[in-house]
Amino acid sequence: MNQPLFSVTNLSKKFGKTIACDDISFDLWPGEILGIVGESGSGKTTLLRSIAGLIKPDQATISYQGKNNKLLNIDQMDEPKLRHLQRTEWAFVHQHPRDGLRMNVSAGANIGERLMANGWRHYDDIRKEAIKWLEAVEIDAKRIDDLPRTFSGGMQQRLQIARNLVTNPRLIFMDEPTGGLDVSVQARLLDLLRGLVRDLGLSAIIVTHDLAVARLLSNRLMVMKDGQVIEHGLTDQVLEDPQAAYSQLLVSSILQV
Amino acid sequence: MPILQIKNLHKKFTLHAQNGAVLNVLNGINLQVKAGEIAALCGPSGAGKSSLLKAIYGTYRIDDGDIKIKTTKQKTINIAKAEPRQIMNLRRDVIGYVSQFLRVIPRIGALDIVAEPAIMQGMSPDQAHSIALDLLDQLRIPQKLHNLSPLTFSGGEQQRVNIARAMAAPRPLMLFDEPTASLDPQNRQTVLELIAQLRDQGTAILGIFHDPADRNFLQARDIHLSAVKEPEHV
Repeated sequence: MNQPLFSVTNLSKKFGKTIACDDISFDLWPGEILGIVGESGSGKTTLLRSIAGLIKPDQATISYQGKNNKLLNIDQMDEPKLRHLQRTEWAFVHQHPRDGLRMNVSAGANIGERLMANGWRHYDDIRKEAIKWLEAVEIDAKRIDDLPRTFSGGMQQRLQIARNLVTNPRLIFMDEPTGGLDVSVQARLLDLLRGLVRDLGLSAIIVTHDLAVARLLSNRLMVMKDGQVIEHGLTDQVLEDPQAAYSQLLVSSILQV
Repeated sequence: MPILQIKNLHKKFTLHAQNGAVLNVLNGINLQVKAGEIAALCGPSGAGKSSLLKAIYGTYRIDDGDIKIKTTKQKTINIAKAEPRQIMNLRRDVIGYVSQFLRVIPRIGALDIVAEPAIMQGMSPDQAHSIALDLLDQLRIPQKLHNLSPLTFSGGEQQRVNIARAMAAPRPLMLFDEPTASLDPQNRQTVLELIAQLRDQGTAILGIFHDPADRNFLQARDIHLSAVKEPEHV
């Protein structure tokens, strides 16, 4: 494909006087995983939520190459169409599973709900697909009728990923997907995410403050500070040959084990 | 046209945390490597040998000069000016790099790690796994380790997994950073033979081999890099 899958031009967003995102532009190509790194308050989550259509930027041109090669202008899309896109071709994995799951319905229903929204009707098919996805994210199928609140944090996060991937999205947005998890659980989730991204041919934009996570998951990195992208490039370029003073500081602050 | 052609390459590091100290690592490098040839980078520690390999692989950004790579489609791409996704494609199809360190996601077994680059090139998983299995056997990684994460392996075993991973998906230009450094004599010989095999199949090879005996065995053409200048303050 000779066109970016997703293209953002001149995105800006202010909260009152605070500039969260200042004139940001970038392209994402099919099959790419882009990591956005930076410390708390750098604007990375605002950027992610803006491009995924969860909040409205003050200014931006955002285009997305939809299925059937249809170029869609996200910034001018009406609400119902955008919601439809978010439920079908896109997925959003929240940092806190409770923001992305329905805690008062069963694990199976959390997955099945997405399928029903995509036109699935037969109970048996839905249940079978839900079991397949529970297993794909390494949750025991026996837990299908349990409520997510009886799950550990790591299991909840994996359930959220299953709920998001079950509809076969083409583009997935992730906000600190491994934040708040034990290191051993993190490794398992990273392995799972990378395998899924590779096997399903997904493209992804991942916000993280953890450079080790970014290194293992992403092909490209953008470093943000004070609402601006101060450096971008291949992941190994940014981590091994950082140019900006701030990126150098960030990279040299990684703890060695 | 050689597969790799470097002209007047300059690379410096600016260390912002140290009052902007500038380290000139590569100062006007010129070299070329042809298909079916092994070239060895020589020079004292700190002469910039590893940095040069990283510049060719696109990990280090380049301040001045050209690194031209002949791609499979009879075209050339200049790494110094290439877009990230062009470099990603080059790494998949044209340039292989064997570093001294294995960097992998925890929990993935050695066999899958070795097979992965071949699968990315479009080989069927079954075929890639059988090639991976064969290479791990040749490099004496015991079968009982094949499904374990190499992060638990010894240094020499990790290095052999790294080499197997590159060999499973040979690309027209292969870069080796001290591939025999932590190997016992038997495995060292096997690795050298595998590298010589690549050359005989027409691969262009650029590497760092500290032991003159290795360079001799490989009939490598030596390329000397002189020591780096002292840091300058701007």
